[in-house]
Amino acid sequence: MNGSTPFSRHLLHLNPELEVDRICRRIRELMLSQVKRRGLVVGLSGGIDSSVTAALAARALGTERVLGLEMPERHSAEESLRLSSSVAGTLGIQTVREEISDTLESVGFYRKYEDAVRQVVPEYGAGWKSKIVTSGITASATITAFSIVVQAPDGAQLKRRLPFKPYLEIVAATNFKQRIRKMLEYYHADRLHYAVAGTPNRLEYDQGFFVKLGDGAADLKPIAHLYKTQVYQVAEYLGIPEEIRRRRPTTDTYSLTQGQDEFYFSLPFDQMDLCLFGKNHAVPALEVAAALGITEQQVELVYRDIDVKRATTRYLHLPPLLVDRVEWQEE
Amino acid sequence: MRLQEEIRQFIVDTFLFGEDGGLKDDSSFLEEGIVDSTGILQLVSFLQDRYLISIEDAELIPDNLDSIGKVSAFVRNKRGTFDFEQEAAQALVPEPA
Repeated sequence: MNGSTPFSRHLLHLNPELEVDRICRRIRELMLSQVKRRGLVVGLSGGIDSSVTAALAARALGTERVLGLEMPERHSAEESLRLSSSVAGTLGIQTVREEISDTLESVGFYRKYEDAVRQVVPEYGAGWKSKIVTSGITASATITAFSIVVQAPDGAQLKRRLPFKPYLEIVAATNFKQRIRKMLEYYHADRLHYAVAGTPNRLEYDQGFFVKLGDGAADLKPIAHLYKTQVYQVAEYLGIPEEIRRRRPTTDTYSLTQGQDEFYFSLPFDQMDLCLFGKNHAVPALEVAAALGITEQQVELVYRDIDVKRATTRYLHLPPLLVDRVEWQEE
Repeated sequence: MRLQEEIRQFIVDTFLFGEDGGLKDDSSFLEEGIVDSTGILQLVSFLQDRYLISIEDAELIPDNLDSIGKVSAFVRNKRGTFDFEQEAAQALVPEPA
């Protein structure tokens, strides 16, 4: 960052045409030099990240070399399929639909999930919906606590803090979704001799917001260097349908709609982007606070939370660790 | 076992594979990477179950939970005049979950 440039949202503006050309060139280079597969599979969620990843893959390799996979289950948002079909149609890529509810049922996901929720809400059962939310960190210097929000069939909601055991059991069960989806992506990649493109943006990649061997698994991750606001800029340039560009980012993982900033990030993504950028470029918290209209103390808390998340999710990025180096491996 | 020793034992057994590695009573769990945010949840569950206290969301702050000394003071404060040494003499200390 130029030291004379005042800190503002404009620092995240990029030239989408140049950036798209650069990414597409790099995708081709990586496919030719290292991946050596004939195309890319992209799991389509109807969200902005997977839409942009699919569009970049199609532009880099040709629409005929990209397969979009739609993998809904009974908790998926109703609009997800419509939006993923819309983007696939816009891009002109082939899609396959794999409904994963039966697979989730057979591994016991729904039962395991409900059993875990019932440890804190005994009446939870058929017709109920739920999601996990965090306490957030900016109201005060709190340690992150996780709560379950449940909605009864009559629409009444209640919120209970999750003790350690049910929290881990709910997350562990929910991770089946990402891992089953990834298993299917690799099935289709193998049958076509394709590779798998991962869809994390920079916030997710940096802060460990992914499931190891689930959505974290991929052969290449074309937008992992882009801040979320930059993904939106690229999306507009690539002609991603406006409804997808205007949709609030959700995890589409729980039966109640869950914003990413409810579950994982301390602030909405546009503010998190600037905090992460500020931290990466050693911008004083006071300057970031002024640009965001929040307090210096809040930015300092977010800076600290960024460090904590980097430290606690480091293992998600690690390959399997060996006791001794094996000789043929590259340094 | 005194309260502070019992909490130290829980931390060492649960998070450090039984090796205290010079863990001090004022070592910051979070800053030194001894306990992560999920570990704090485990610590809170232990404290609630072991000492029969209820810990509110507003009490989930580093000042209460970020070192052996802070946790001990917090529990002691929550339990008021409870005689931990007397209780320890009467009850078998359960293994950490």
